[in-house]
Amino acid sequence: MSEPTSRRAVIKVDGLRKTYGSLVAVANASFEVLKGEIFGLVGPNGAGKTTTMECVEGVRRADGGTIAVLDLDPLRDAAQLQPRIGVQLQQSHLQKRITVREAMHLWAALYDRPAADGDRLLAQLGLAEKRDAWFMTLSGGQQQRLFIALALVNEPDVVFLDELTTGLDPQARRAIWDLVRGIRERGKTVFLTTHLMEEAERLCDRVAIMDSGRVIDVDTPARLVSRHCPDRLVVVATDAADAAIRFGSIPGVSRVNLVDGRYEIEGQNDDLTTAVIQCVSAHGMRVSDFRAVTPTLEDVFLALTGHSIRD
Amino acid sequence: MRGLWHLAWLELKVFLREPMGAFGTLAVPALVFFGANLAGTSIAPQRFAGSEFARTGLPVLAATFMTITAVLSLMTIIAIYREGGILKRLRATPLRPLTILMAHVLVKLALTAVTLVVLALAGRRFVALPEGVSMVSFGAALLYATACLLSLGFLLASFVPTARFAQPLGALVLYPMVGVSGLFVPVEAFPPMLQRIAQVLPFTHAVSLMQGIWLGQPWTTHLGDVAALFATAVVCSALASRVFRWE
Repeated sequence: MSEPTSRRAVIKVDGLRKTYGSLVAVANASFEVLKGEIFGLVGPNGAGKTTTMECVEGVRRADGGTIAVLDLDPLRDAAQLQPRIGVQLQQSHLQKRITVREAMHLWAALYDRPAADGDRLLAQLGLAEKRDAWFMTLSGGQQQRLFIALALVNEPDVVFLDELTTGLDPQARRAIWDLVRGIRERGKTVFLTTHLMEEAERLCDRVAIMDSGRVIDVDTPARLVSRHCPDRLVVVATDAADAAIRFGSIPGVSRVNLVDGRYEIEGQNDDLTTAVIQCVSAHGMRVSDFRAVTPTLEDVFLALTGHSIRD
Repeated sequence: MRGLWHLAWLELKVFLREPMGAFGTLAVPALVFFGANLAGTSIAPQRFAGSEFARTGLPVLAATFMTITAVLSLMTIIAIYREGGILKRLRATPLRPLTILMAHVLVKLALTAVTLVVLALAGRRFVALPEGVSMVSFGAALLYATACLLSLGFLLASFVPTARFAQPLGALVLYPMVGVSGLFVPVEAFPPMLQRIAQVLPFTHAVSLMQGIWLGQPWTTHLGDVAALFATAVVCSALASRVFRWE
């Protein structure tokens, strides 16, 4: 993707604060979501992600800070903003006995702008055969897909997806990821929350890491990893003589350990893997196993907060 | 009010798909109708059919209970929708609280009209329509009163924490109002203090309007009731749209 600074921010959140009685749900959240990107708010359950998103959607009133979506105030300018956004809430339901088709028609009738092709949306979401089924008879995944369809009915400029793959099996999850990428391909901006680091890493162009009501850092997953987890690890199994010395002389390598017949080469060089391959090749080492261990967003979260996201 | 007709039509269909919804609204009145006709020839005592209660009390009593049923049912539905997160989902759309209220009012009025027709057909053996009174006029009085009082239900629904509280809270507020409405005892028979309280309660005007129309009085003598009910609708709707809770 292009450099963030060259693109227009469609969501601007500055110093957002929200409390429930004595509970501080969001202490301080600031970030920008750029046009046409998939932006993820990432953190454990209870970090304040949903509260933040609901304030941005205009479903909840913030106690402090400023929010602008498409240069509009989500509460004051709700009438102008609502037609331009699509929302999928973490926990919501429809009337038990409303059919998929009826829900799509109702939603389309609520908006001035020309509605998306409902039948095509349902087909894309694998709901074509469920068109006449009652909401209460749909599986969790089907309900989730219907809510995504409803969020897209008004061809919104910005789509909000709150924990959209929670409770889905891995296969359904992957299908939904493809769908979200499809939303981006259509030029829309996607703002999502997730507590799944894998989801954030694979799906999001940029993420905001959130913990205990605060946004700690915002960037692309790759840059977050190289910024907060600069340590790289390459594991090589070889019987070549002098291997330890040769690996140790690679620029940027800080430590070489021999564990169970494998050399663990640690360093802060982003190109450590390339450097190790070049070293192996230059000295004609015979290698029986080779593995590069790259830190993930989970490691970033641990480095930033001192605790695992699963705690 | 965008989406009003769409939502109303959908809510009507959804309601009738509920087993109890369809049964309670269409089957029960129909059963009453057939039961009354079966029983009519054999057990309807002439004395009852000619009694004061059958001539004036019963129709207004039945109509008032139709109104109460509609109001309680509206409260319950709104509470269920709130508890189930349906209202929350609607909040993020351009739909306004008043549109939701209006849609449910339309549904309740349609169902009330159907019930009235069935009961009128069922009851015609026992209760003769007084001279010079049209069923259309009485029906209009019932529907007008119901429409206005539904806004009260909508307002009350804003305070109901869960669906389970809707019926008790509704009963707690509505039944005392009905008790002093003049339905059972004429308002003039109350002590002055209670009379004044009764005069500001909307059910008193609903009962007064329906009683008057049933007894053949012209609408013009009940303009005060019509205005009081209208004021109830305006005030309750305005309040409800301010205090309405989506979740």
